[in-house]
Parts: sequence; structure tokens; C-alpha cells
Amino acid sequence: MEIYIALKVLWAVLLGILLTGLAVMVGMDMGVGVLLRLVGKTDGERRTMLNIIGPHWDGNQVWFILGGGAIFAAFPTLYATSFSVFYVVMILLLFSMIMRPVAFEYRSKVDATKWRDTWDWAFLISGALPMIVYGAAFGNVLEGVGYHYSWTGQYFQDESFLGYLLNPFAVMCGVMSLSLAVYQGGTMLMLRGEEPIYSRARTYATLGAVVAAVIFAVGGVWISHMNGYVFTGTVDPGMAATPLGGPAVAAKAGAWLNNFHAYPILWLAPAIGFLGMIVGAVALQLHMKIVGWWLGVLSWVGTISTVGVAMFPFLMPSSTAPAESLTVWNATGSAYNLGWMTFFAAIFVPAILSYTSWCYYVMRGKVKVETVVNDPHSY
Amino acid sequence: MPLIDPNVVDLSRLQFALTALYHFLFVPLTLGLTIMLAAMETVYVITGKQVYKDMTHFWGKLFGINFAIGVATGLTMEFEFGTNWSMYSHFVGDVFGTPLAIEGLMAFFMESTFVGLMFFGWDRLSKPAHLAVTYLVALGSNLSALWILVANGFMQNPQGASFDPDTMRMQFNDFTALVFSPDAQAKFVHTSIAGFVAGAMFVMGISAYYMLRGRHREFAARSFRMAALFGLVSTLAVVTLGDALGRLDYLVQPTKIAAMEGLWHTSTPPSAPWLIAALPNDATQSNSMEIGVPYVLTPLVAHSLNTPIPGLIDLEQANVPRVDNGIKAIAALQQYGETHSATSLATFKQYENDMGYGFLAQRYAPNQDVNLITPALLPSVEQQAVKDSIPNVFVTFWSFRIMMVLGFYFVAIFAFAAYYSLKNQLEKHPMLLKLCMWSIPAPILATEFGWVTAEAGRQPWTVYGWLPTFQSASSHDVGYMIFSLAGFALLYSAFIAAELYLMFKFARLGPDEHGVAAHHSPVDASIAAPIFAKPGFANKSWE
Repeated sequence: MEIYIALKVLWAVLLGILLTGLAVMVGMDMGVGVLLRLVGKTDGERRTMLNIIGPHWDGNQVWFILGGGAIFAAFPTLYATSFSVFYVVMILLLFSMIMRPVAFEYRSKVDATKWRDTWDWAFLISGALPMIVYGAAFGNVLEGVGYHYSWTGQYFQDESFLGYLLNPFAVMCGVMSLSLAVYQGGTMLMLRGEEPIYSRARTYATLGAVVAAVIFAVGGVWISHMNGYVFTGTVDPGMAATPLGGPAVAAKAGAWLNNFHAYPILWLAPAIGFLGMIVGAVALQLHMKIVGWWLGVLSWVGTISTVGVAMFPFLMPSSTAPAESLTVWNATGSAYNLGWMTFFAAIFVPAILSYTSWCYYVMRGKVKVETVVNDPHSY
Repeated sequence: MPLIDPNVVDLSRLQFALTALYHFLFVPLTLGLTIMLAAMETVYVITGKQVYKDMTHFWGKLFGINFAIGVATGLTMEFEFGTNWSMYSHFVGDVFGTPLAIEGLMAFFMESTFVGLMFFGWDRLSKPAHLAVTYLVALGSNLSALWILVANGFMQNPQGASFDPDTMRMQFNDFTALVFSPDAQAKFVHTSIAGFVAGAMFVMGISAYYMLRGRHREFAARSFRMAALFGLVSTLAVVTLGDALGRLDYLVQPTKIAAMEGLWHTSTPPSAPWLIAALPNDATQSNSMEIGVPYVLTPLVAHSLNTPIPGLIDLEQANVPRVDNGIKAIAALQQYGETHSATSLATFKQYENDMGYGFLAQRYAPNQDVNLITPALLPSVEQQAVKDSIPNVFVTFWSFRIMMVLGFYFVAIFAFAAYYSLKNQLEKHPMLLKLCMWSIPAPILATEFGWVTAEAGRQPWTVYGWLPTFQSASSHDVGYMIFSLAGFALLYSAFIAAELYLMFKFARLGPDEHGVAAHHSPVDASIAAPIFAKPGFANKSWE
């Protein structure tokens, strides 16, 4: 049992790492997609921007796929429920994620303005929409989602899609996530782009960091007043993984701050996030691009871990049947499964990080407009 | 418990089937072309001949057009388990999600990270380093297929997990049983080699097109020969593995093999005929027309001379006691969920293995509650439930036959192609070259029919014997389904149009032959020049 609890906590941490990896790497590409028409004024500039992330977008996108697969295996009930209750946005997210690879590969293969313009819009939509959905999902989860289960484990939705997904708090979270993506993407363009891409990207990246910081602060105040969820029954962290028959749960205003009150060290998480954004904006203004990129990473780390530690052990509370809320204790896979997943993650995550870094190293340096336009391999 | 609206189940099935089949239009070429690219580049690195580098570049470009859309549409499947098959995901996520996650960790990351270097790294990597990158892409894409088919193997023959009444799901308990499931292993080899066949036919067909027009002679001849030999070996392997798979189905999925063979009544060995053609009628449970070859069925399916092969009607009736037991299992399970009593658990354990058949009966129980099935109602519930326990025979029978006929056609065409290519007599056989060209889509079609056989033949189950398809879906409104189906229709139609347009454009354009510029015929130049100048208006400026 002790081992099972440790595995549950480990996979909650790994879930956080995956969600952060996804936000940083996919978010960066999405940010470039959003900025494509704003920063790139000519076709040559736009192609240069695409080729800056060209060798890497495919690998980055796998963070997203791995995130899905890992939630499926490590948190089967969370996967089964969240993907279904968020059906409409999940499908829109999916359409965006399908559009992007095709847009990369096909855009520059035909030299016609209409063709390329169409794909440029595809980049904008497929960059902005997923990031808004990504942030809004965090917002919705913080607020609680309406669902309950039948005795077989089949979920039933208790709220209509428009009624809860598009509320102001969730939309605000969506805008924050988009801003961080613009920050990260803009910084990447500064790292590998030359003038005039560099300066335009710098303006948008700084703006992204500042907007994110403002929303993060406002969101913090908002969360301290809105309903959080707490266990009122006796909790057995080693319980069988089922949302049925678990301890009672109640919604209480300000409850998402309980963990911070109990362990003040946790305030470090929001502090890191907030400082990442503010110092990041300053660093970009001082042309410290590499520092700025890593501060972007820290912003995501801080933001996602803030949400994580505020909610722990809740993963997705149910607003209509709180006792059936999904938590780290009741939504994971079996100990056997988590054991094997840990084994594979321990081998392959370091491998992935090393060969991904090697790829960035091989492709290092500035991407020039002339080279891109004349290279038959480029996007 | 209310059941999911049958319309939603049907629409969810339609959506999954269409998006999966669409995805698999692109997968076989990815599997096959990565291997062929690795082979071409190997020859280039060893011999240093420019033509092999040109080959790697050109086929790599076409591979890229295909790869992008294959990667993109694969995501759909992973999403749909969660968005449309919630109950399924909850029921098997603990064991089915694992190979998918491992696929991401072990294979997909490798394939996708290195594919960027494969395209962009030509000038930044040494020859051996670039070759290694190409190998890693090929390895990644094929390992990816392995893990996906391990997951699918679990749906076909669930081993490596057992049902846990406390969590109401299948729980993973045996890694080796899951990964080395004979079904998964045979199907992995069968499917990925089917992809090699598709890759070989693609390269051979487009090379044949150049030969017919006298363009890129050396390039086309070398590509053709490589593809023909690779294709011949691959098709023979596919057919062999196909036979092995049929044998496995005979052992673990008797309803599927009987449906594939249109066998309503248990066969009488040894003279039982193998049906070449038939018109299976699922409503009357008989074949309205049959053409068969006697004495072939038994050795073909059972690999013996005197084993009777169970027919569908007999299989149905044999399921009657399983339905009875299943009803008891479901009732006990429901009671256990409410009371956690030891007696209900003991009753459940007694009938556990027939639980899936209880789900089948649930559909016909009053208020979908198995507790309300009275002894008077039982016979009719039993008969309705067992009628649901076999797949659609017409679809399974014919999709299997189309796949198989295509398989043998590939053996023939690759054999001729390889023979005349080795004898350098291809120019004398323009008909064969034309046939090669027109056969490019055929292996892809064969894989699609293979999937239809495997998945339609598995019905009515998502997890064979454990969870019926109609119990697996998410509880959506029909409106949601119409929204997503319409979106897929729109997006996927646009993509396939763009894909085919680019594929034809670049295939017609032909390779850039850097090293053999002198071999360019005048015809070549007249085609290539204006297209390079103004790609968007290629045809116009040519005229």
C-alpha cells in the first residue's frame, strides 16, 4: 500500500512535468504560429519564422501526444471523464492539432499567394485556439466540473458545454496561457531570427510576459475568493482507484489556499511563476534572449505547479457530485501499471531530453531569409 | 443504469471507423518508405554514388508529404478513446493506455524528433550521422506500430489483465502476457510488412511512370529494382503471417473466423468447401449463393484434416449458458458495488468469465436492469443476446476476401516486376509498367480491408468477450456527434485534396538529379524548367 501511495504521488508529479513540458515546447510553436502574420510581413520572413521551429515542431508536438497517452494509462478515469465532458473544445483542440503538421509541410510547397495565405490563417487559428483551450481547461478544473458516475463507472455530464466552459475565469486563464505561448514563441524567434523579425518578436514576447504576469496576479486574488474543494470524510490515500464510495467532499470559498496555509514553503511556486514573467520581460528588453527563454520555462513551471499544489490531491473536482471528484488517490491506474510506467519513463524521459537537446544543438544558429528561400528542404 | 443512445453509439462507431481508416491511408507508406529510405541511404553511404542520394532526397520529399498528414490524423485516435469511448477508456485504460504511453515514450518521440533532422540536417551532419538519423526514424515508426498493435492485440484477445470488481475495470497484471500476446506479435509483423508492400508499390509505380516516359532512366531503374525485390520479399511474408493470424483467430476468436469464412453451420471435415464467393445474409443466417472448393477449408483454417470448424449458429447457441452466467455475474457485481458483501463477491467470481455476455443481455432486460429478468423473460433475452454475439458476416466475409485476393495479386506483380527488372527487360513490357503504376493504391486498399476484417470481425465487442461496443461509448448528445462528424468531413476532405494535389505535383515533377545532370533528356528539361519557375501554374506554362 505504501508503495502504491508513493506511485500515485510520483505520477501526479510526472503529470505536472508532462503538462509543463507540453506547455513550454508546444506552446512555443503555437506562439510562433500566432505571431506568423504579426511578425512576418513578407513571405520570406514568414518562411524564416516557420523554419526556425521547422526542425523541431514535430518532436515538440509529441509532448502533447505523450501527455494524452500518459493520462490515459496513469489516470484512466480522469482521461475517460475529462476528454468526454470537454467534448466540444477537445474536438476543436484536435482539429487545431491536426491542422498544424499539415500546414507546416504543405504551406511552402506551392508558390501561390492564396494557398500560402490560407495556411497562414491555419497557423494563427491552430496556434491560438489550443493555447486558449489549454488555459481554460485549467480554469474549469479549478472551478469544478459537473459530472457524476453510474455504478459501472460510466460518467454522465450534468452541465451544458456553453454554461460552464465559457465563463470569465476560464477565458481569463485561456488568455494567460496564450500570452505565455507568445512570450515563449517570440523569444525563440529572437534567438534564431535576424532583423526585422528580431525586434518585432521582442515587442510581442515582452507584451506576452507582461500580460501573463498581470493575469496571474488577478487570478491569484480571484482564486483566494472562489470555491475550492476539501475532503470532509476520512481519506485513505491507498484506496482502490474508483470515484465511487469515496470520502465526502465539500466546496468551500478560499479552500484552494489551504495547502499554502498549511505549508508556507509552497508560496515559492507562485513566486517563481510571477518573477519568471516580470524578470523575463526585463531580460528581453535587455536583449538577454537565452535568459529570457529559460525564464519563460520558469513562468510555466511556476504557474502549473501553483495550480497543482493548490488543488492537491484534487485533479478534477465535480461540482455536482463532489464526493465523486477525481483525485490523485482515486483516479490513477493500478500499482502494477504505474510500476511499469515508471520503469519506462525512467529509461526514456532522460533519453528523450538528451536527443532533443542534441537536435537543438545540431540546428543551432541564426536562420537567414536568403537561405530559407533558396533551400529546397525548407518549409 | 440507462444505456447510451444507440444513435450516439452508431455515430461514434462511424466516426472512429472513418477517422481510423483515413489515418491508415497514410500509415502504410510511412512504415514502408522509412525502411526504403534507410536502405537507399545505406547504399549511398557505402558506395558514394550520387544517384542513391538523389533517391533518398526525392522519395524523402514524397514521404514528407505523406508523413505530415499521417502524424496529424493519428492524434485523432488517441483523442477519440477519451472523447467518444469514455466507458471503454475507463474499463481498460489501466492496461490499454500503457502501450500507448510507451509508444509515445519509446517510439513516437524518436521518430518525430529525428524526422526534423532527417529533412533539415543534410548539411549539418556527417554522412554516417545522417544515416543513423534516418535509421532512427525508420525504427521509431515501426516500433510505434508495434505498441499500437500490442494495444489492439489486447482488444482482440485480452490477456495480461484481469477484471477488478473494486475499481470496475480490467487491471494490468502481466506485462509479458500483454506484450508477447501471439495476436499482437503476429499482427504487428503482418501490418508493418503490409506497410513495406505499400512503400514498395509506391516507389515501383512512380518509377514505372518515369520509365514509360523515358525520364530519369538510371534513377527510375535503380528505384524500381530495389522496390520490386523489397516488395516481393515483403508480400511473401505478409501472406505467411496472414495465415498465422487466421490460425490464431481460429483458436481465440471462433466467431471471427466463422464470419470470415461465411460458415453458418459447423463444418464436416474433411470435405468441407472453402468458399470462393458467397452472399451471406445476416437476417436469415444463411448464404443465398455459394461457390466453394471442397476439401480446402479444414486444412486451411485448422491446419489439420479432421477438425470440425464451429459455425456461427452453433457458436450462438453455445453462448446461451454464458448469457445465463453473465446475467448472474452482472447482478452480483451491481450488488457488490452497493454492499461490498463477501457473498456477492463470491457469486461474481464464480461467473466472472461470462460477465461480458451479461452486458449483452442487459440491452434486452426491462429498464436495462438484469435484476428484472424474470424466468419467463429469460428465454427471449437469451436468444436476443446470443444473436448479438456474432459479427456482421457479409462485411467480414467480403473484406477478408478482397484483402486476400489483393495479397496474392501483389505476389504475382512483384514476382514479374523483379524478374524483368533483373533481366533488364522492363522496357519491353509497358503493360507491366502501367499495371505497376495503377497498382499504387492497391496495397493501401488491402490494408484498409484488413482492418475492416479485424475490427468488424471482432464485433460485438471492443474487448473480446468482456465489453460490448454499445456499452463502451461516451454518453453524448447526438448534436455533439453531428458537430464533430461535420468538422472531420470538412477538414479531412480538404486535407486529402491538398495531399493528393501535392503528391501528384511532386511525383510528376520528378527528382532533382544533381550528380547525373548529363543524363537529363530534353523532354525532362522542358517539363522541369517552367514548373520550377512558377510551380503554382505548372500545367498552364507547359502548354
